[in-house]
Amino acid sequence: MSLALLHRNISRSAPWAALLVFTVVMPLMYAGGAIDIGTLNTWGKYLAIAIMAIGLDLVWGYTGMLSLCQALFFTLGGYCMGMHLAMHGPLDDGIPRCLSVVSSEVGGIQLPLFWQPFASLAATVALVALVPGAVAFLFGWFAFRSRVRGVYFSIITQALTIAVWLVLCRNEMRLCGTNGLTNFVTIAGFDLRAPATKVGLYLLTVAMVAASVVLAQWLVRTRTGRVLIAVRDNESRLRFAGYQPVAYKVWVFTLAAILGAVGGALYVPQNGIMTPEYLVAKESVVAVVMVALGGRGTIYGAIVGALLYKYLENTLSTVLANNWYFVLGGLIVAIVLFLPDGLVGAWRGLGRRLRERDARQAARSDAPSAAVAS
Amino acid sequence: MSILAEHPGEGTSRLDLIQLTDVTVSFDGFKALDIGYFAVDRNALRVVIGPNGAGKTTLCDVISGKTRPASGRVVFDEVDITGMADTAIAARGVGRKFQTPTVFDGLTVMENMELALPRTRGVWRNLFARTAPAERELIESILTRVRLIESRAIESRHLSHGQRQWLEISMLMVSRPKLLLVDEPAAGLTDHETALTAELLNELKGHHTIIVIEHDMEFVRRLGSEVTVLCEGRVLSSGTLEHVQNDAKVIEAYLGRGKER
Repeated sequence: MSLALLHRNISRSAPWAALLVFTVVMPLMYAGGAIDIGTLNTWGKYLAIAIMAIGLDLVWGYTGMLSLCQALFFTLGGYCMGMHLAMHGPLDDGIPRCLSVVSSEVGGIQLPLFWQPFASLAATVALVALVPGAVAFLFGWFAFRSRVRGVYFSIITQALTIAVWLVLCRNEMRLCGTNGLTNFVTIAGFDLRAPATKVGLYLLTVAMVAASVVLAQWLVRTRTGRVLIAVRDNESRLRFAGYQPVAYKVWVFTLAAILGAVGGALYVPQNGIMTPEYLVAKESVVAVVMVALGGRGTIYGAIVGALLYKYLENTLSTVLANNWYFVLGGLIVAIVLFLPDGLVGAWRGLGRRLRERDARQAARSDAPSAAVAS
Repeated sequence: MSILAEHPGEGTSRLDLIQLTDVTVSFDGFKALDIGYFAVDRNALRVVIGPNGAGKTTLCDVISGKTRPASGRVVFDEVDITGMADTAIAARGVGRKFQTPTVFDGLTVMENMELALPRTRGVWRNLFARTAPAERELIESILTRVRLIESRAIESRHLSHGQRQWLEISMLMVSRPKLLLVDEPAAGLTDHETALTAELLNELKGHHTIIVIEHDMEFVRRLGSEVTVLCEGRVLSSGTLEHVQNDAKVIEAYLGRGKER
């Protein structure tokens, strides 16, 4: 088998192999005692972050907009789910404990009105998509209509994230301040500490990653997906072809926000706490690093990047403590210098070179036989 | 040729398809354009020539909505389009080829052509848009004509300069605009490619209204159409190429500078 063919077969089977590993092999390893529930839970969290990264890849990799607020949508989704979980945890006079401990009012407080819809899981699931979706739609509409582009877009998205961080940190917002949402006990009646629940959440996350990949892969192959690439390549030319780039940009930005929020909502029950720390500048940059590491505009790259980054962070920060950030910095420099297309991009580039080599060899082996024949 | 013969849908009218009246454009006090009257009849091909800085590209910018005129009126297809947004003007049927070829690098030749099809521009509808067999045939016949058919699956970033020019002209052809603004189609092409471009524009003539901006006099001669000479933003002369070449004002302002071959 030629190397090019081998490369193609690996490329084709890799997503299925990964799906098999996450849906069958890892749960079996847990059942067999090879890994503990904590490891499975950790990978569940990584996979939730991968969903957020897929959203960023659509916005940045395909449409060319370097958004620094993908972690904001992850946090908003996480807060929606966190509020639901907190309401089904221990209550002090009808108030979730995480909320009552940070309210300084004498005689306690009433449950704020905006908490009430989150009592229902169905309403929460809807709001996980609706709240970040609405924020992204409004913000995107104003930003893109004013033709805010390039680095200016990156800056205002970062500013938006910081603004929300400042708001969420304040106790008066009744969102538990810097302590965050915690004391989660049950989800849909299941005990969150029970290993079976953790396995269930893990498998749900794997399913949502798979669904996001299918959705994103389909989307980028439609004509709408082609227009997104055209926005990236030459937005003004697109306008003279009669397209409204603003509509496409708002649309994809909103879709990516919803993917980010779904990731956040799946992350929170597996993490046990949700705080405003995901809104600091670092987190949005990390999301960008994940996509760059895996490869922009490849969908799979976002997953590879997210899982690899989180795995490295987890293992190396244990050993190196805060020196881990030197490794992270080195990693970013290395990507820019040696892997501008990321890991998946480099792998695809290898495949292209192998095919070209085969084509050249075929041409060369044809030439002498032709000479003999003449 | 049959692929281009189809008439773009339109009503017949006494009025010219595009009319500019008293249009001025200033950049920081410099009057880039000062046109008393400029009009092109339906299904006519008009060549606009003039020395550098004469306002030829600015004229295209005004018609396509890239630049808003300081004063005056632009009427296209009996509708006043002065100050309309560029996308709205494009949707009304003004297609444009830019001076430097601009195609979408990350898309294949075929995908570039599909985006140019005169179809819906909406986000949701395009999610389910498919290229009909007839559209595919049309695209393939145009690509064959411009010798890009072998490259249809190649990302356009890998194309040569000449091929990119061709692709952009092909995209304009498939989008079937009522008015084609073609800015320097022969720039950077070989003589052979230039001849083919002229042949194509001549085929489009009579079925489409076309404004061509060009420097290359040999190319203009091949088109054999009415010529408007711009100089310092004003219309200096109009008529056949022979007529304008013998016009004393043109000789002084334009040919006198040694621009003519």
